[in-house]
Amino acid sequence: MKLMSRLFGAAAFAALSSTALPAFADGGTLVIASTQVPRHLNGAVQSGIATAVPSTQIFASPLRYDENWEPQPYLAKSWEVSEDGLTVTLNLVDNATFHDGEAVTSEDVAYSIMTTKANHPFKSMFAPVESIDTPDAQTVVINLSSPHPALLLALSPALAPVLPKHVFDDGQDIKSHPMNATPVGSGPFMLEEFKPGEAIVLKKNPNFFLEGRPKLDEIIVRIIKDPSALLIAMENSEADMYPFMAGSQEIRRLEKADHLTVTADGYAAVGPINWLAFNTATPKLSDVRVRQAIAYAVDRNFITKALHRGVSAPQRGPIIEGSPFFDASIPAYDTDLDKAKALMAEAGFADGMELTIDYIPGPKEQQQSIAEYMKSQLKKIGIDVTVRAAPDFPTWAGRVGGHDFELSMDIVFNWGDPVIGVHRTYLSDNIRQGVIWSNTQQYANDKVDTLLNAAAIEIDPEKRKALYSEFQQIVGTDLPVYWINALPYHTAYDAKLQNVPTGIWGSMHPLDTVSWGE
Amino acid sequence: MTASFLIRRIGYGLLLMLGVVVLNFLLIRLAPGDPAVVIAGEMGGATEEMLESIREEYGLNKPLIVQLGIYVGNVATGDLGESFFFNQPVATLIAQRILPTILLVVTAQVLSIAIGVFLGVLAARKPNGVMSAFVSVFATIGYAVPVFWTGIMLIILFASVLPMFPVEGMQSVKLRDASLFVQMLDILHHLILPAFTLAIIYLAQYARLSRASMLEVLGSDYIRTAKAKGASERSILFKHALRNAALPILTVAGLQFGNLISGALLVETVFNWPGMGRLAFDSILRRDYPTIMGVLFFASAMVVIANILTDMSYRLADPRLRGKG
Repeated sequence: MKLMSRLFGAAAFAALSSTALPAFADGGTLVIASTQVPRHLNGAVQSGIATAVPSTQIFASPLRYDENWEPQPYLAKSWEVSEDGLTVTLNLVDNATFHDGEAVTSEDVAYSIMTTKANHPFKSMFAPVESIDTPDAQTVVINLSSPHPALLLALSPALAPVLPKHVFDDGQDIKSHPMNATPVGSGPFMLEEFKPGEAIVLKKNPNFFLEGRPKLDEIIVRIIKDPSALLIAMENSEADMYPFMAGSQEIRRLEKADHLTVTADGYAAVGPINWLAFNTATPKLSDVRVRQAIAYAVDRNFITKALHRGVSAPQRGPIIEGSPFFDASIPAYDTDLDKAKALMAEAGFADGMELTIDYIPGPKEQQQSIAEYMKSQLKKIGIDVTVRAAPDFPTWAGRVGGHDFELSMDIVFNWGDPVIGVHRTYLSDNIRQGVIWSNTQQYANDKVDTLLNAAAIEIDPEKRKALYSEFQQIVGTDLPVYWINALPYHTAYDAKLQNVPTGIWGSMHPLDTVSWGE
Repeated sequence: MTASFLIRRIGYGLLLMLGVVVLNFLLIRLAPGDPAVVIAGEMGGATEEMLESIREEYGLNKPLIVQLGIYVGNVATGDLGESFFFNQPVATLIAQRILPTILLVVTAQVLSIAIGVFLGVLAARKPNGVMSAFVSVFATIGYAVPVFWTGIMLIILFASVLPMFPVEGMQSVKLRDASLFVQMLDILHHLILPAFTLAIIYLAQYARLSRASMLEVLGSDYIRTAKAKGASERSILFKHALRNAALPILTVAGLQFGNLISGALLVETVFNWPGMGRLAFDSILRRDYPTIMGVLFFASAMVVIANILTDMSYRLADPRLRGKG
């Protein structure tokens, strides 16, 4: 028993020592909690939040964006787009160095863009980039095969990390390059330790090219896969910031903690949309009236207000509602069961039909709960829905990617510009068997193809917006997808933190101005 | 103890591990799901060409028997392969996690034996007394309650309602630069809840087992003789009876080691303990075959070693077995 009392004594001492830490002034450590596990830290060859959060701290990029979708200087102090839109010139700062002391040059930027083009899953980001000239160490001239208005957004930290050519260009496959786990960048923080699946420790870069930044001494990304444990860690101040929190219970619970602030700002460019996908190639769902009937039967507001406790916002179209390209006049399909029944009868299904719905296992509130709601709601218009569970993500991805489904819940991100995250779902040349998050609905409409291809190269913002408006009206009627809600991403953070990232990319953005207040 | 006994036991152990490697390989490959799709999904979606290149890169397009042959050959040379998910050697990933798992499992084993046997001896003292009833009830509950539930309840009670212990992990990140002594205390502080969670189920078993074993021994002639000689109760219980009652406990302790490791998988997941169990759990969800097989290989090695050690200690504890092959 003596041993036990000693054990508890030691524990109590340790508890005291951990709670008696001094209040942070300048510098200090920021502990970011995350449930997501990055494979590695090189955002040039890996998409996703898990990699982008640390990658945007380690690597700088040509541009960064403010909260109004306006590009700001970063490694490029200025930039020009030629009148015909076929050439983009970046003028780089001359004082940026990588963490190993080598200077950042135009060669590095050119290498990074071409590497990203060849290896990143978002092929449309740099598809029109034909060649890159580097007339001097500070000038990058990007030559395009066609105007590419999405290019500037694609030069954001989340999508275009500038890699050191002298480190990565050594003949090894970049996707499995050993330096992806121990990268060298020119961003505000340097990698100190990467424990896969556990933690990422980043230290302040003392030679960062933006004077006076970063403010913090250290950022630690702690991976806590159990959301309940993560919430307690936030409540007990074991972690200071929890971005990309999407559970309504989590959000409501952390809102009650006095020392925390919870915000929904910072996810405009991510554009995460939760939707019901229709396999339009199946006989039952090839009729647009059936798809419209389902849309009229479902109550979006019930989902966002009751199932999601008011934390998520309804989403009416393919482009996230916070985007400048969103068209608010898209058909809304307000719940109307009579109209839904009439459409079913018109389509020849007055006696009803049977359908199967799949969902992504994992984010229950956004997926399974809505699938189950669909079952009860669609019964009211004579559709007998079977909810088909998948034991794991690969099983679900295999079904939907393999077009072996009728209805499926899905979550797809806009990723800033529609060219990057929206086109892939609706272009008929992107119907690709076996590929998840392609046009798995097998939707084909020539007019939509023409509009999207025109919008991809239209450099006049107003004309581009008009093209996207027309696109939204057509798909809003054709309904290859019924858009339900924007994923309710929130960030919880210690109220003492200053300049928490609430721009369009949230924490997939350099945290070089974040600091601890008094 | 003869050297031939030891060599034979190690030989059996190696054969067993070969069987484990082959069986694991086949069982995992028979499970549904394509790891190439998972890897591609983690990369943000991929074309059919990318899926093919992933299959090519990881050798997933070769016949199963060829893949098995390559794997067994590699394991024999100490190469456990590369993680599909992290693109890092499996041995490195395991090396980062094996010590936390050993710390957790050994602490839980020591706690469960020490407390369990102590409670069992107390209960055997008066078979119809309050302590005996308590041990029986406690053992039943300990047996019946799932380990993850115990863990969650302990977290709610001691990390949320009464925030005495940290909720997760093995170390406070903010104490990374503290002195070694403070860091050790910090690890101990983090260890208490998961070790108790893991120990409780086995503690109950040891309590029940040692109670039964002690009751049997306490009825023997030599105990009656010891009592007649006027030996103290403490001396009878701990010196005469427990020594003889310890043999079945020792046997069970060796057998339980495998169960403890599988229990650690759940406990590590609940407490975010950075050990092999959590790596195994996450790797199963990611279809990360080399990592799953690497963890299972190490876990089976640990069980085989624990069993050899148990056999050896059994022979040390029981003079009747010495000299027997």
